[in-house]
Amino acid sequence: MSKIPQTRQGHRPVAIVGFSQSKSLRADRASNEVEMLLPIVHDVFEKAHLTKNEIGFICSGSTDYLIGGPFSFVTALDAIGVWPPKTESHVEMDAAWALYEAFVRLQEGDLDTALVYGFGKSSLGNLSEILNLQLDPYTMAPLHPDQVSLAALQARAVIDQGFGTEEEFARIAARSRKSALENPFAQVRRDDSVEVLLQEPYLVSPLRRHCLPPISDGASAIILAAGDKALELAEHPAWITGIDHRIETHAFGARNLAVSTSTAKAASIAGVSEGHVDVAELHTPFAPQEIIVKNALGLNDSVSINASGGPLAANPLMAGGLIRFGEAAQAILDGRATRAVAHATSGPLLQQNLVAVLEGA
Amino acid sequence: MANRVAVIGVGQTHHKSKRDDVSIAGLVREAAQRALDDSGCTWADIDAVVIGKAPDMFEGIMMPEQFLAAALGAVGKPMFRVHTAGSVGGSTAIVAAHLVAGGIHERVLTVAFEKQSDSDAMWALSVPQPFSAPLLAGAGGYFAPIIRAYMRRSGAPNDVGMRVAVKDRLQALKNPYAHLHMPDITMKMVEESVLLWDPLHYLESCPSSDGAAAMVLGSEEAAKIAEASTGRRPAWVHGMAMRSEPTMFAGRNQVNPQAGRDCAADVYAQAGITNPRAELDCAEVYVPFSWYEPMWLENLGFAAEGEGWKLTESGATALDGGDIPWNCSGGVLSSNPIGASGMLRFLEAALQVRGLAGDHQVEGARKALGHAYGGGAQFFAMWVVGADRPE
Repeated sequence: MSKIPQTRQGHRPVAIVGFSQSKSLRADRASNEVEMLLPIVHDVFEKAHLTKNEIGFICSGSTDYLIGGPFSFVTALDAIGVWPPKTESHVEMDAAWALYEAFVRLQEGDLDTALVYGFGKSSLGNLSEILNLQLDPYTMAPLHPDQVSLAALQARAVIDQGFGTEEEFARIAARSRKSALENPFAQVRRDDSVEVLLQEPYLVSPLRRHCLPPISDGASAIILAAGDKALELAEHPAWITGIDHRIETHAFGARNLAVSTSTAKAASIAGVSEGHVDVAELHTPFAPQEIIVKNALGLNDSVSINASGGPLAANPLMAGGLIRFGEAAQAILDGRATRAVAHATSGPLLQQNLVAVLEGA
Repeated sequence: MANRVAVIGVGQTHHKSKRDDVSIAGLVREAAQRALDDSGCTWADIDAVVIGKAPDMFEGIMMPEQFLAAALGAVGKPMFRVHTAGSVGGSTAIVAAHLVAGGIHERVLTVAFEKQSDSDAMWALSVPQPFSAPLLAGAGGYFAPIIRAYMRRSGAPNDVGMRVAVKDRLQALKNPYAHLHMPDITMKMVEESVLLWDPLHYLESCPSSDGAAAMVLGSEEAAKIAEASTGRRPAWVHGMAMRSEPTMFAGRNQVNPQAGRDCAADVYAQAGITNPRAELDCAEVYVPFSWYEPMWLENLGFAAEGEGWKLTESGATALDGGDIPWNCSGGVLSSNPIGASGMLRFLEAALQVRGLAGDHQVEGARKALGHAYGGGAQFFAMWVVGADRPE
């Protein structure tokens, strides 16, 4: 058997060979972004047995709006120390898309390694007010719908169309929090019974507090390596055998909020259904969204979903999607899984989705 | 092995201080539609959309690509958002080009914009940030001391910046899309305009513009089809590169940044260029403040260190009579929709080698440089495009 699995879309084989994340905190008052990143960047280099001078390409994901300043990614570069100057790029998206850019950059064969990182300090501002600014500035943002109310609309659509119930939302939350007990980086780690969770009052009907992600400060980093380089750096590289991302319209009224056509399309291009899935890490910050994405990916009940606790246990904006890739890859790097699915989302109510299949050899 | 990449269509808006006749969606759509028309493509032919803009705070919209998805025909397709400060227009084009070079897509639409009238860039650049010392000076205030350092090091006479300001505005008269059309501009006018940030006068600074730029990038096959259907030849990407360095550290050469020199060396090596002044026919270089022309002439290897101002002074960089015309379109000094300004440089370089630059065409141009920089002159994006298909 070949040591490098076949890629589905004719891509040059690229693998995740190292992953690191910070402990997710409600408010990391001790560190700024650079101080948050520095230890995990060091850690991920160590895990991948590389130094920064050997890295071919660097790409990060973050948003200026969390710090309320124009160039949050600029000072963050000091966590790497790009001297001598490096080939480097940045996406104003979740860092999972930075991973996509790096994956594309490694296709041409001139570079073999990339560092990807993302960071978000959500504690610096009022998240609900900030995320309102992501909506259409002419027709939607002036109405000021907060993100929890929007998520409640989506949850209602899930219930009304028979895809899920409030009890299932609570089960997803209970499972996520319990799984997080095994994850030292997670933030909400507890063993709650579904019955107790359902006794919580509505925050915005039909959502109770447990359906919401925590507000988190955190960062994550991944090292990608192509071809033989990946075999050199990791015993069980997590090969990206299929990857795609799609966007839907921003107009909520023009979408069926209970389904995710963009996830389904990306999943079919990435080839999710073409083999057994051992583990899946889904970037679904609101509990009902797990049902939507799971359906769109066509995952059955045998798949272990968000064994890390997922975004309901830790949700650092801009790093959360990349953490899904890291957690899914780690299962393969550790030899716990041979085929995993990683999913990341961007924009309000799952507007944009990225799906990848990761495989061990 | 990388696939060849061609610029098969370009489009831009008429840049103005205020486009209050269109929304942001309307603005980007206008440029994108023109690029599609130029390429002979329809929206359905586009595989993916890559969009870039400068900080979201300029318009007060977080990740505007989300609400622009429908206007740019991206629904059901991959849409990607780049932000690398002022260099973003160039970086965005490069990210899009790699999607073709890496064999991911056949045709990618890349778009960049800024609607400065919707906000106040000076304010957005000056807000105090947690854990950082506030600059409170905007971009001009940041770069003015670096320009002073250049003047001191090179011994350049005081009027070199003013020459650039006049030259670029006169060249803008030949570009119908340029924001500033100042037929009567003179050295005296520039000198008598308000001193904003010593040594920069008001007329040595870029304007605030609303505008958008778009390009359709395609594979070799896509280029063949486009040329057959439109009769217009593509521009071929001969080299492209990005480089970054930290904002501040002891010993950093802010006047002549290493990242800029490395980026240029990389892109010239890819394009087989050893003498940029002799081998390039023209260049579109990010010059938002007049003095950055002589400074970048040195950084990009068109002149030896300390000698760039002599090229400017001799008229070598003028469209009219110069041997290496810079910013024939009028450059950033004549149109500055910030996020799009870098892409406009890349786009104008492509127009020149396609022979489609109209009145500001450099006769017989075969090879051109497009350049963008951003942050504290620490992020660089460049490409060299040519009329001939690369080997």
